[in-house]
Amino acid sequence: MKFTTTLAAAAALALGLGGSAIAQTKAGFVYVGPVGDLGWSYEHDQGRQAVEAAFGDAVETTYVESVPEGADAERVMTQMALGGADIIFTTSFGYMDPTLNVAAKFPNVKFEHATGYKRADNVSTYSARFYEGRHVIGLIAGRMTETNTVGYIASFPIPEVVRGINAAYLAAKSVNPDVQFKVVWVYTWFDPGKEADAANALIEQGADVIMQHTDSPAAMTIAEEKGIMAFGQASDMMQFGPTARLSSIIDNWGPYYIDRVQAVMDGTWTSTDTWDGIAPGMVEIGAFSDRIPADVQAEAQAAADAIAAGTLHPFTGPINKQDGSVWLAEGETADDGTLAGMNFYVEGVEGELPQ
Amino acid sequence: MLRLEPRQQASSTMRWLTPILAVAITMVMGGLLFAAMGKNPFEAIRIIFLDPFFHETFGPYSRSQLMVKAGPLILIATGLSIGFRAGVWNIGAEGQFVMGAIAGGAVGLALHPADGFWVLPLMTVVGALGGMAWAMIPAFLRIKFNTNEILVSLMLVYVAYNFLAAMVTGPLKNPDGFGFPESRSFTSVDSTHLPMIYEPLGMHAGVLVALGIVIAAYVMMERHLLGFQIRLTGESPRAAKFAGVNPAFIVAVCLGISGALAGMAGLFEVTGPAGKLTTNFPVGYGFTAIIVAFLGRLNPIGIVLAGLLMALTYIGGELAQLSLGIPAAAISVFQGMMLFFLLAVDVFVNYRLVWKKEVK
Amino acid sequence: MDFSTLNPVALIASLIIAATPILLAAIGELVVEKSGVLNLGVEGMMIIGAIAGFAVSVETANPWLGMLAAMLAGASLALIFGFLTQFLLSNQVATGLALTLFGLGLAALLGQSYTGMKPPSTPRLDIPVISDLPIVGEMLFRHDFMVYFSLLVVLGVWYFLNRTRGGLVLRAVGENHNAAHSLGYNVVLIRMAAIAFGGACAGLGGAYLSLIRVPQWTEGMTAGAGWIALAIVVFASWKPWRVILGAYLFGGVTILQLNLQALGIGISAAYLSMTPYLITIIVMVIMSADRRRASLNAPASLGRSFHASH
Repeated sequence: MKFTTTLAAAAALALGLGGSAIAQTKAGFVYVGPVGDLGWSYEHDQGRQAVEAAFGDAVETTYVESVPEGADAERVMTQMALGGADIIFTTSFGYMDPTLNVAAKFPNVKFEHATGYKRADNVSTYSARFYEGRHVIGLIAGRMTETNTVGYIASFPIPEVVRGINAAYLAAKSVNPDVQFKVVWVYTWFDPGKEADAANALIEQGADVIMQHTDSPAAMTIAEEKGIMAFGQASDMMQFGPTARLSSIIDNWGPYYIDRVQAVMDGTWTSTDTWDGIAPGMVEIGAFSDRIPADVQAEAQAAADAIAAGTLHPFTGPINKQDGSVWLAEGETADDGTLAGMNFYVEGVEGELPQ
Repeated sequence: MLRLEPRQQASSTMRWLTPILAVAITMVMGGLLFAAMGKNPFEAIRIIFLDPFFHETFGPYSRSQLMVKAGPLILIATGLSIGFRAGVWNIGAEGQFVMGAIAGGAVGLALHPADGFWVLPLMTVVGALGGMAWAMIPAFLRIKFNTNEILVSLMLVYVAYNFLAAMVTGPLKNPDGFGFPESRSFTSVDSTHLPMIYEPLGMHAGVLVALGIVIAAYVMMERHLLGFQIRLTGESPRAAKFAGVNPAFIVAVCLGISGALAGMAGLFEVTGPAGKLTTNFPVGYGFTAIIVAFLGRLNPIGIVLAGLLMALTYIGGELAQLSLGIPAAAISVFQGMMLFFLLAVDVFVNYRLVWKKEVK
Repeated sequence: MDFSTLNPVALIASLIIAATPILLAAIGELVVEKSGVLNLGVEGMMIIGAIAGFAVSVETANPWLGMLAAMLAGASLALIFGFLTQFLLSNQVATGLALTLFGLGLAALLGQSYTGMKPPSTPRLDIPVISDLPIVGEMLFRHDFMVYFSLLVVLGVWYFLNRTRGGLVLRAVGENHNAAHSLGYNVVLIRMAAIAFGGACAGLGGAYLSLIRVPQWTEGMTAGAGWIALAIVVFASWKPWRVILGAYLFGGVTILQLNLQALGIGISAAYLSMTPYLITIIVMVIMSADRRRASLNAPASLGRSFHASH
């Protein structure tokens, strides 16, 4: 529905400006889920809308949602490129190979691949340091839990998700040594039914705080119903958990997208790898709920500020791996390389990481 | 009042007319649907059915994608149609597709980095065997315990999906892949890369195999004794029994063939378009193939046409999404309607509409 | 592994909620199959019910109207199937599949503007003393109305099939439609009624998913529940009470495997997720292997087209 108005508006503008010779820049967006997921894809679309708002008639945006990763994605990207797109944002890890394949066929089109690690002359990668956000909400969770059990709904055992679990756990543990994390793997990014079931299972296991690395507000809804606490993921999710929601991690892609489109328009675009966190504003911490006592709010805010200032790194030693071996020595911080490929739990997290 | 009266003989005119009629009605109803959504119906229909062939920018690329999409559909549907004609309902082709890909893919990964023209054919054979083995489960359960093969094969689809997840996060995971749940890429190594025979038409080796299988299936069903036995079992199980046909054998053969073909299609998909084993390479071909089989009247030639038609609605549908903002769901509705209308007009093959006065 | 955190009371409560949509769909399909028709379109009818129920609930802020709408939607879709199979004599398997595909697509289309919305909440049962009983209260007496209603439906179906004349006629039609026809019963009408009932039940089951269990609308949210319902009818040997057993068993395994994961059991999550489906297969095999009992219950005319010859 939004798409037609966007395109109609853009088309009308383009027709209206028929006389002037403004070369419009076209930006395409490929989403892995529905824009209405109010999670991951929703926030990317918010970024797209920010681009439109910032540039007005100079930029035309198009998007296709719910594109399965694989051959279909390649086709959609090719069609976007054939349709004249100058820059295409592919917003899921699984779009990596399709992005590179299409990029090879269209050397003049720029591609931006979210959460990937392969680049080319016309392919950039970008991601957000979500783990910084996880640290802050981990602190809050550690302080707020009364049963000392935090439930974590995880999607796929990929480094990004494992980083989140580890960061949240370490933060919670630092303020509450008795805290326990229970992890359920649902093997999907978006499936409200499964996410709701997982939330229930965790609650049955005694969790009174729920964190998720999946894209729908189902867990928040269940938390609200059962009277426990939860955090919004990728978007605020306030309307789903007015009392349950303590805070949230919000993905803010707008500024980065505007930057990149501007670079294309200026001709200054180069292939880069961007991994921004709280400091540049890519990761936002949602407003603290009144349920959180003032001193905890202050503690969490201080941590967020410290991370933004660069004085606090969520992975600072001494930290051991789950098997007991030493990972970081006292005061040592993790380097980006290890973080990017993180495939182990830190000491204290229960359960086996599916390998 | 209007009555349906059985014809003396199945009308052969109707046989080829009905699919065309069904598609025509679907276009009209589809157009109405798009109009109700506020889109120009003529433009929408044109984009879906004609643009993939004739559009100047999108045409060449879309044409090449048609066979890529239609190939697996045709391959699987041919296998399914053999079973359907015998009354053996394999609804789990999607699961056999996945298992075939895993089996063949695993062999390819185990042999990595072997070189040689024999790698891919070996993977194909193993893929077919994998799919066949998965289909033999419902076959065995039906033969031995009289369990309904529809439900067993269907449950096994979900088991297969989960097995795929287990495999790509575990044993088959790419060791150089930073822990992401996918296998090594098959397309980056020549020996495991499905060769493209004719790019402008998207004919990769899998498509050629599919067309070959269609011819073989046609010959078998029309000229070979086995084909006759299969058709007889479907039309009159009693007569088949009297003729000495072993029903258990037919069930096994039908499920075996459809499973093998589905497995092969799966292997072609991961060594070609998909490129590697991931949790989401299965996109529902196993289910769509069922529609293709019916749309093609369970006849190998018809299936080729039906497969192309289905592929057209997919590709055209994507173009419609890009150009008109028609949601992907509308295309599913379209495809469902097509099948409904086909089933509806199908009745005219064997029955005829007459106006009869009530005789008191 | 620390079993001390496992909460059996909450588990059973969850199990009942997980089972209810399948229970409703299965009991409806049981009636349809008892009349001799195999409707594979349960998944399509469930999801249409899910979106219809959700949309109407949101628009009218009344969950009960939503449930009613879901029943009507499911029944309407089922009647398309009925028309094609009973009047136009189309193949029941193919038509059922077409119904599923069409239903899934139509629901997704209608649901475009409803993603991410919150439906009005449904009240829970709250009987003064009984609901507050320590263990049994939470397990059995604090559910929403639909849980208890679904059990009443099963009771009603059992009573109808076994103790009323109407039920006898329906079963007769399912066993031998030609004989029933020559006795003067309108086979097509009876089957259409059964099909409509099955559609209404499936629709209601779907609405339960979108209004209570999840509660949200998402494309494809039934995730195979309709197929499970079909399997449960076979599992139940077409006996109403056994449907409850089958639904609760399946719901139980689904919930249990998630809990086992949360407990940190070493078995990979993917393997645990397979268990509900594997168990369904095993149970189906056991049921159909016993030929005497199985064949006594499967309606003899199941799946065969009826055409009155004058």
